[in-house]
Amino acid sequence: MADTRPIASIEAVESGLAAQGYIASRQIATAVYLSQQIEKPILVEGPAGVGKTELAKAIAAWRGMKMIRLQCYEGLDEAKALYEWKYAKQLLYTQILKDKLGEVLGGAQTLHAALDQLHTFGDVFFSKEFVEPRPLLQALEQPSGCVLLIDEIDKSDAEFESLLLEILSDFQVTIPELGTVSAVAAPTVILTSNSERDLGDALKRRCLHLHIGFPEQRLEERIVESRVPGISQVLRKQMVGFINEIRTLDLKKLPSVSETIDWARVLVLLQASELGHEIVKDTLNVLLKYEADIEAATPQISSFIAKASRQGVFS
Amino acid sequence: MRENLHRFFRAARGAGVRVSPAESIDAMRAVSEVGFADRAILRDTFLLTLAKTQDEKRALGDCFDLFFSRPEPQEEASEQRKSDDQEKAGGDPAAEAHGGAAGGVQSEIVGPLAQMLLSQDRGAISAAIANASGAASLPDIRYFTQRGIFQTRILDAMGIQRLRDDIDDLTASNPALAERLLDALNGLRGTVRDAVSQALLLYGREEAENLRNEILRNAPLARIEPRQVEQMRILIRQIARRLRERYSKPRKRQRRGHLDVRRTLRRNAAWGGVPFLTAWKRKHRDRPKIVALCDVSGSVARVSDFFLLLIHSLHEVVDDVRSFAFSGNLIEVSRILESKPPEEAMAEIMSKVGFGSSDYGNSLADFEDGWMNTVTPQTTVIVLGDARSNNLDPRADILRRIGERSKRLVWLNPEGRMTWGFGDSEMPRYATFCSVVRQCATAKQLERAVSDIVATYQ
Repeated sequence: MADTRPIASIEAVESGLAAQGYIASRQIATAVYLSQQIEKPILVEGPAGVGKTELAKAIAAWRGMKMIRLQCYEGLDEAKALYEWKYAKQLLYTQILKDKLGEVLGGAQTLHAALDQLHTFGDVFFSKEFVEPRPLLQALEQPSGCVLLIDEIDKSDAEFESLLLEILSDFQVTIPELGTVSAVAAPTVILTSNSERDLGDALKRRCLHLHIGFPEQRLEERIVESRVPGISQVLRKQMVGFINEIRTLDLKKLPSVSETIDWARVLVLLQASELGHEIVKDTLNVLLKYEADIEAATPQISSFIAKASRQGVFS
Repeated sequence: MRENLHRFFRAARGAGVRVSPAESIDAMRAVSEVGFADRAILRDTFLLTLAKTQDEKRALGDCFDLFFSRPEPQEEASEQRKSDDQEKAGGDPAAEAHGGAAGGVQSEIVGPLAQMLLSQDRGAISAAIANASGAASLPDIRYFTQRGIFQTRILDAMGIQRLRDDIDDLTASNPALAERLLDALNGLRGTVRDAVSQALLLYGREEAENLRNEILRNAPLARIEPRQVEQMRILIRQIARRLRERYSKPRKRQRRGHLDVRRTLRRNAAWGGVPFLTAWKRKHRDRPKIVALCDVSGSVARVSDFFLLLIHSLHEVVDDVRSFAFSGNLIEVSRILESKPPEEAMAEIMSKVGFGSSDYGNSLADFEDGWMNTVTPQTTVIVLGDARSNNLDPRADILRRIGERSKRLVWLNPEGRMTWGFGDSEMPRYATFCSVVRQCATAKQLERAVSDIVATYQ
C-alpha cells in the first residue's frame, strides 16, 4: 500500500531507508527529503556501483510505491520512452468496423457529406485507447504516485534530454493528438548518470544534484553489516579497511560498494575468519576487474592487510 | 535572513558557481523547509540545490565555510542589546553611583564609538562593523585596489571623526585614556582591514580571475613568465573543455529523403512489412584526424608546449592525434605526451630534440621518409613554427606533397605577419602550399585556430 503522507523529517528518511537495507549518508537523506518537499527530481552522479540505482529501489520499497524504470541507451526516442500508437490495433479496428462505417456513411449522398459525417465522430482512432504508454507516460498515470528511475541518462542522446525537460519541471507531457497529460500524483523522479558526458544545463537546473562518492569507512562498515549479516565484526573492519587502502592506488576501476558487498559474501562463503595473504590473493578478482589492476595491487596485499588490521586495534 | 541569503548567492557566484535566479528560488524554498537550526544540513541543502558539478560543490563548500565562519552580526547584536538592556534595568543605580567607572569618564564627553571601544564589547563592535559595511556597500568590492577606499568608508560610517576629536580632547585632560583609545583604534583598523579582505575574497574573486584570465589570454605565449606557466596551463585546460563541450555533440544527423530499405523492412516486420515506421539513412561525420608538426627550437618551444597540451586534451572531439616535434631533426612524440604529465613530457621532448637550431628542410624530409603514410585525405596537418630555417634548404616541395595528400594543411606562426619573409623566414614560400596560414601568438589566437580546425569537420 502506497504511503502518501509527507515525510516528516530527514531522520525519518534515514531510518526508513535503513529498514530497506539501504544505509544512507546524511547528504543522501537530505536530498530525498528535499525532493519530496519541493517536488524536484534528483540527479544522482557518481562512479559505478555506489548504489545510485539501489537508492531508487529503496525509496520505492520504503514508500510502498511502484517503481518504473527507464533504462537509457543511445538511440532511445520518444516512441520507446513516452508513448506509441498501437498501429496494429488501429488497423485491426478499422477492418472490423468497416461494415459499421459503411452503415454510418451509407446515408450520405455525396463524398463531401460522407466526409462531414466522418468528422463528427472525431478522432476515434487517435484516442486514449490506442495509446501504448511507455515508462514516462506510465509514471504520470499511476494514481498513487510512483518512483520513476531514469537510469544512466548520460548514455542517451542530447535530444532525449530535451524531451525530459517538460516532465521534470511540470510533471506533464504533451501528446499532439490528445493534448497535455498531467501527472495524477507527482512521481518521485531519480535520474542517474555516470558522467560519461556532460549533461545540459537546462536539465541540471531542474534537478537537485546529488553526488554519491565512495562512502566513509564507518558508513561502509554499516552497509556491509546490513547487506551481509553473517560476517563477523573483526573481518568486516579488516576488509573495509583493506578496500579503502586499495582505493588509494591508481587503478583503472576502483572497487566500489557493490564490489565490497560481493567480496563480503565471498569471504563468508569461504568461511574466512580474518584476512590472510592467501585468501585475499585468491579472491582479488572479485574486487578488481582488470588484469592490470590485479597486477598492480598484488605486491601491496601484505602491507595493506597489516595496515587494515592495525586500524582495527585502535579504533 | 533573506538579505543574508542573497548575499550568500552573490558570494557563491563570486566563487565560480553559476547560480541562476531559478536555482536561488529553489534554494530559498529548500532552506525554508529545513530551517537554519543545523549547519551541516544547511550546507548540504545548498550543495544539493545550487552546485551542479563536483567542482562547483567543492567551491561552494569552501564559500559556505568562509561566509558563515564569522559570527552572525545581526542576531548577536540583538542579543547584545537584550543583555545590555537587562544590565541597565538591573544595575542602573549602581552604574550611576560609580559615575562611569570604566575609565572615569562621563558618557556625554566621548562619542559612541569611543564608548564602545572602551567597554571592549566585542559583539557590539563586530555588529557596528557589519552595519557600517552595509552602509558602505562592501559587497560591491571587486578589485584589491579598492581595499583602502572601503576601509576608509567603513571607518567613516562608524564615526571615526568623532573618535579622533575625542582623542585630541583627551590628550590634554586625560592622557592615559587617550593612549588606551589610540591602541583600541589601531585594533579596530586591523579588524576592519580583515573584514574588507574577507569580503574581497568572497565577492571579488570572480572579477579578479576574469581580469587575470583576460590578460593571460592576450599575452604572447612565447614570453610569459615562469610563474604564469601554471596559470596558463589551467587556462589552456579551460579552453580545451570549452572546445570539447562545443564539438563533442553527437555527430549523427538524419539525412531525410534517403530511405534505408533494409532497416525499414526489419522495423516493420511486425505488421507484415507494411511500412508504418520509416527509417532514413544516416550520415556519419568523421572526427578530426590531426597530424601536428611542432617546432620546439628556441622561441617557438613555449608555444608548441601549450599547443600540444591543448591538442592532446581534446580526446573526445578529436579521433586521432599524431604529434611530431622537431628542431634539427624530427621525432614522433605522441606516446610521450599521452603517458606522462605535461611538464615531464615536455622536458623529455626537449631533451630529445629541443633547443637545436631549426632545420625545416631536414625535418620535413624526416617526416616524409618515416610517417608520410599517416597523412590521409581525412587528415588535417598542422605545422606550428616560425619558418626560420637558418638559410638552409626549406624543401617546400615536401610541404607541397603533404598538402596534396591531406584534407587541409594549416600553418600556425607565432610571429607577427609583418616579419614574415624577412631575414631567414621562409614563410611566403611555404604559405603558397597551405590551405590556411595564421598568426598564433596568444592563447586567444590558439583557441580560434584550433576551434576553426575542428569546426571544418562538423
